[in-house]
Amino acid sequence: MTATLTRRDFLQGASAAVATALVVGYSPRGTLAAAPNGDGSLTPFVKIGADGQIAVIVKHFEMGQGTTTGLPTLVAEELGVELDEVAVEFAPSDAKLYANLFFGGFQGTGGSTALANSFMQYRNAGAAAREMLLNAAAQAWNVDPSTLDLSNGMISGAGRQAPIAEFVSVASTMEVPAEPQLKSPDTFRLIGNPNTSRRDNEPKITGTAQFAMDVQLPDQLVAVIKRSPRFGGMVASLDSSEASAVPGFVDAVTLPAGNGVVVYAEDTWGALQAREAIAVEWDFALAENRSSDELDSALLAAVNAPPDFVAKEGPGLEETSRLIDNAAQTVEAEFYLPWLCHAPMEPLTCTIEPTADGVRLHDGCQFTTGSHQALAAVLELPMENIEINTVYAGGSFGRRATMSADYTVEAAIAFALSGRSRPVKLVWSREDDLSGGAYRSAFAHKVRVGLDADGRMIAWDHRIAGKPIFKGTLFEQAFVHNGVDHSSVEGVADTLYGIPGQFVGLTDFNSAITVNWWRSVGHSHTAYVMESVMDMAAKASGRDPVAWRLDHLSEGSKDQQRLAGVLRLAAEKSGWDRPPAPGRSRGVAAHKSFSTYAAQVVEISRDASDSVKIEKVTCAVDCGMAVNPDIVKAQIEGGIGYGIGHVMRNEITFENGSVIQSNFPNYQPLRISDIGAIEVHIVDSRESPTGIGEPGLPPSGPALANAIAVDGPRVTRLPMAANGVRFA
Amino acid sequence: MLLKLNVNGQQIEVEAAEGMPLLWVLRDKLKLTGTKYGCGVASCGACTVHVDGVPVRSCVMSPQNLADAEITTIEGLSSRPGRAVQQAWAEHNVVQCGYCQSGQIMSAAGLLAANSSPDVSEIETHMSGNVCRCATYQRIRSAVARAAEILKEESQ
Repeated sequence: MTATLTRRDFLQGASAAVATALVVGYSPRGTLAAAPNGDGSLTPFVKIGADGQIAVIVKHFEMGQGTTTGLPTLVAEELGVELDEVAVEFAPSDAKLYANLFFGGFQGTGGSTALANSFMQYRNAGAAAREMLLNAAAQAWNVDPSTLDLSNGMISGAGRQAPIAEFVSVASTMEVPAEPQLKSPDTFRLIGNPNTSRRDNEPKITGTAQFAMDVQLPDQLVAVIKRSPRFGGMVASLDSSEASAVPGFVDAVTLPAGNGVVVYAEDTWGALQAREAIAVEWDFALAENRSSDELDSALLAAVNAPPDFVAKEGPGLEETSRLIDNAAQTVEAEFYLPWLCHAPMEPLTCTIEPTADGVRLHDGCQFTTGSHQALAAVLELPMENIEINTVYAGGSFGRRATMSADYTVEAAIAFALSGRSRPVKLVWSREDDLSGGAYRSAFAHKVRVGLDADGRMIAWDHRIAGKPIFKGTLFEQAFVHNGVDHSSVEGVADTLYGIPGQFVGLTDFNSAITVNWWRSVGHSHTAYVMESVMDMAAKASGRDPVAWRLDHLSEGSKDQQRLAGVLRLAAEKSGWDRPPAPGRSRGVAAHKSFSTYAAQVVEISRDASDSVKIEKVTCAVDCGMAVNPDIVKAQIEGGIGYGIGHVMRNEITFENGSVIQSNFPNYQPLRISDIGAIEVHIVDSRESPTGIGEPGLPPSGPALANAIAVDGPRVTRLPMAANGVRFA
Repeated sequence: MLLKLNVNGQQIEVEAAEGMPLLWVLRDKLKLTGTKYGCGVASCGACTVHVDGVPVRSCVMSPQNLADAEITTIEGLSSRPGRAVQQAWAEHNVVQCGYCQSGQIMSAAGLLAANSSPDVSEIETHMSGNVCRCATYQRIRSAVARAAEILKEESQ
């Protein structure tokens, strides 16, 4: 999923509608071309109105990760203006123009790619706009453009000064520089500035930020769906007579696929009440009807059986087993990591509004192209008759992006069934969210490690079982090879540790329970296991956990050096070499994910009743150049909190196929009193920026587990609170 | 039924179904969407508003019998503690996705109105009913303390 932007070809366009506006973008064809009349070949990232107002068009949605600050920072830096001088607009849906450069021709956000794929694209757009404005001023004043400067919205030099607005009209007729002069990193004022204010502070602090849940269109209907309480259940019969008494109730219609009933009302409360009032009988013949004890037993049986697929051959299954059987010492553990729900703060929702020739979708839209295609398919509309209005998203953690465009498809079906004359807002309640699937699959791991008489590792046998994400989807070809879904084994099969003789086997687990990527995807379970077992092996060999890890990062590759670098930094900043205060213990973990290296030390205390409190987390991160260091820190803080919260307390469990957890009281989220200070140290780097939304999560859980294991149990079954660990 | 409410200093009459919680009256009837739906069971605090200056969970509050009460939502927050909290939130770049932050700010403003210099444990106790799935807790903790400092500076 990587591609590198090497061409810096630019084009310029000024549509008839904004004849005096300067619009600079990157041509998908890589050629210089003017694009009058809004020709689709233009990618407008920077718009400057005739009034001099600069707008940055942000191609990635904002779920809190900071794109509406990061991308404008890149443009403002190169253009030579202050960050608060630029307006921010979300891009419309147009994959030809706004594709994620790491996703092929697909417009969307995910995999911690937003800033990384935009880094050169948005810098170039800002630099090109600057050059064109300076050239226009030079022409007007009949001076050499190199004598002019652009800052604070003014062009000055040659003894004169004027606002950029005066030159927008002329600049928009000029040829766009093919390779605009980029600033040297040592002259950056905004990139790398630790004091940058988020651009979305003001609307989110005053309550004016519009989220998808806040869309209120005249005459809109609210639709909620009564879904089968068990995955795969079908409607056998529907009786909505009781709902007629609910104020605002409009209608209840069985979905064409038979997998639920859509309930319409004039407002949200009416829809929720009416849904309670309708009676549905379900056919569970094809449903997942197992309870958690049966599901868990089946999963653990799968991981203990010979693997279906080989993710990493190493010495081979038999030879690896033989090496471990004959080893002087073995370390062995079986892990169970539960089903998890994303539970973003804003439950899923979107609104479909009829337009003259099609529809407009209002959504905190993560997979823009996927949503666009889904609407076209369900509503049988040409792509060009569909618009997408992207609004703020109240978190995602992977949930708003699904390969099936699940909630967008539901909304489209609800809109189609309603007669297409009124806007339809589809709303998921929190209960819908927790029982609605698209979970992080439960995973089981079985690991055996052999050490020689000197405590050196000689072989590592690693078996994994869980439900794959990509198998059976459109992405199968890209992410599944020889039966191995890469997302099930990432972080193990490609570990950076120099492990002699590592075999990795995979067995798929089948269930009608739906799964999806969850913050940090496979790393959400593989890092827990890898870093727990590394600690167990260090203990068996009598080595310090940090030194042991460094022993296995000593082969000299850049990857290993960078992971070792964050490990050393986290150790240093946490005071690893000094013993912790009495009653306290520390655990360490390090992991690379999404091209970023993170190491963490968790320090815990235990009170008289043996309750664990997380006192402090120290993190070192190497994500290349940090464009907005404070946002990098915030993402790491959030990733740690999200990771640790789930490891502490969360699991989705089943009784006869029905999800037991219904709302926050029984899927208890991390709260403010659960976690102490988080200290983030960013490695100073000139490397290209890499991901930051996800990499903070993977080391957090195992670092906590390793801290607990110093004076307590080795937790191999999650969540901790349900498996013997008491938290203060 | 016809409800009589005083919201953000304005007397309002609004028609709403009997039993509709204050949250949905605010959001769907009055279009005051700054107050958020997060759980509907008073477990996350996203729907926090002030009734006579005291933070309450509007998702489980009946709007009946509130005719004589002053209801304040994030849109109408203008108290000194409220403004101090908003300033501190910006200084500390607290927000991420932002969906819970109206409720966080209303809770924090309520705390500071009652206790202008809370210690860390008082902050944690008071704010523990407000969930942030982005886990901005560390910044919330320091921003509430900063808001208390701002109030102190202002009163000197």
